[in-house]
Amino acid sequence: MSAPTRTLTAHANGNHRITEPAPVRWVLTTVALVFLALFLALPLAAVFSQAFEKGFGTYLLALKEPDTLAAVKLTLITAAVAVPLNLVFGVMASWAIAKFSFPGKNLLITLIDLPFSVSPIISGLIYVLIFGRQGWLGPFLEAHDIKILFAVPGILLATIFVTFPFIARELIPLMESQGRDEEEAAMVLGASGLQTFFRITLPNIKWGIIYGVILCNARAMGEFGAVSVVSGHIRGITNTVPLQVEILYNEYNYTAAFAVASLLAFLALITLAVKSVAEWNVRENMEP
Amino acid sequence: MSIEIESINKQFGSFTALGDVSLSIPSGELVALLGPSGSGKTTLLRIIAGLESPDSGRILFNGEDTTESHVRERKVGFVFQHYALFKHMTVFDNVVFGLTVRPKETRPSKGEIRDKVTELLRLVQLEGMAKRYPAQLSGGQRQRIALARALAVEPQVLLLDEPFGALDAQVRTELRRWLRRLHDEIHVTSVFVTHDQEEALEVADRIVVMNKGRIEQAGTPDQVYEHPANPFVLNFLGNVNLFHGRIQSAGEGQPEADNSVSYVRSHDVEIDRSQHDSSSLKAEVKHIQKLGPSVRITLSINDSESFVEAELTRDVFQNLDLQQGEQVYVRPRQVRVFAEDYQI
Repeated sequence: MSAPTRTLTAHANGNHRITEPAPVRWVLTTVALVFLALFLALPLAAVFSQAFEKGFGTYLLALKEPDTLAAVKLTLITAAVAVPLNLVFGVMASWAIAKFSFPGKNLLITLIDLPFSVSPIISGLIYVLIFGRQGWLGPFLEAHDIKILFAVPGILLATIFVTFPFIARELIPLMESQGRDEEEAAMVLGASGLQTFFRITLPNIKWGIIYGVILCNARAMGEFGAVSVVSGHIRGITNTVPLQVEILYNEYNYTAAFAVASLLAFLALITLAVKSVAEWNVRENMEP
Repeated sequence: MSIEIESINKQFGSFTALGDVSLSIPSGELVALLGPSGSGKTTLLRIIAGLESPDSGRILFNGEDTTESHVRERKVGFVFQHYALFKHMTVFDNVVFGLTVRPKETRPSKGEIRDKVTELLRLVQLEGMAKRYPAQLSGGQRQRIALARALAVEPQVLLLDEPFGALDAQVRTELRRWLRRLHDEIHVTSVFVTHDQEEALEVADRIVVMNKGRIEQAGTPDQVYEHPANPFVLNFLGNVNLFHGRIQSAGEGQPEADNSVSYVRSHDVEIDRSQHDSSSLKAEVKHIQKLGPSVRITLSINDSESFVEAELTRDVFQNLDLQQGEQVYVRPRQVRVFAEDYQI
């Protein structure tokens, strides 16, 4: 049925293309490209040119500085904790939301979006209010000598909170578009819940997960606001890479600041590349 | 295996999907659940499969109550309207899925599984397709693979939800004939849902006509077509004309009522140039529509507001050589009368 229709459309398109006049197309394209160059390409180029201003040797030296290495290590630890936790949570939440109906479903969807709608500073302050010296749990924590604020646990909590929606938000629409048909087919054929999940559900959302993880990871490594509030900026101990960049910059150590910043820029470029591959695959999987 | 459906009720919010539905399906039969959308036919099928649970009522397989047993344990084959093939698996892996998820003790050996796939692919006439992915198959092929996958676990009951609904007209006709032959070959008790009366009439041993969550009539295709229980069944199985009026002399088996509605199928309307008897009505040809092998003619009855639709074969139409605007006589060959209070 659809084949002849398609030929017809193709034919019509071949003869007279329905499109804007050439000047309009040129103007629109130019505006878009200039905008991109100004706000995206130029800053990126600036980061790298500043980083390498005094040669590759200085660049490497700046990265080898102990405080910077500590910041890189802490950032990696933070991402290594926050991303897997949010992966487990995100898959479970989106599975529940997309495949079942239950009371409180809309509330859950709203809550997942919460970290997107609050300013990161607020996200950080929440933890100060809870764990701070004057906070709810402050006296208890002090009595038991547990350090959360201005220590690694606080940074982990703030990062997990901020990156909480990324994976779930990516998976919910994907799983909803796929429906329950394949899972039902598997169950009718005798598959258990776990078999259905690992053999049917998971392969179908594989690329959605990769997409979500890469975005979640980029945010976990790059988060500044919330982490800044809870970190306490202790050099070599509670500084993540973005915080280290700020400190170096405030000390007029531009080359080192941009060298460390270039690490985050690299992360952004890799994220972008993996993201486009994942995006393409997700779209493929959305087709019923 | 026989299926016994005992006063099933199912409610979705305030919508009654099924209201006290009872039906018994003898072993080995091919039954069609026929009805418009929203009539509850798919819900009933899903309840039989165990994909949906009824609010009340029982489902018995071979006299055994299965209402509470999980869909996994019911040993049914289910074919979905949109195939629901596992996109990331080859045809081979799709077909054997039901065997590979079994616990080790009951799982057949690799060799047995391979033989089984070969046999099933032969049955669905898709030999040599084992290595393909669903995306590389046409709609009709996908649905046959879905059927092979359902049959691989040797189900005692085969359930098909609008199996040909997503296919184009020609493939649909081919596949339903093929399904009929397949059923004659393997004789598994089968229930399929359809809204296409032609499909039900052609394929099924028995047709269950459903409407608004109730069963209107269940019987052989001949029974429901020739002796519709009510105007809904009559109307759903073919185009009909309505005549409002009083019955002057009730025939045998027809209700005597002051107000009644007569129903005439459009292919039971005869068109003539001369008056046949007192049942002939003078009418004007308003519109002629050629529909492949048949021709549909809309006529307006003189001295009344009503229109009649007649369906003639091309031969008859050509012999009559009807012209638009012409005066002719129409005569119903077969009339069915139902009391007026019945709501369609």
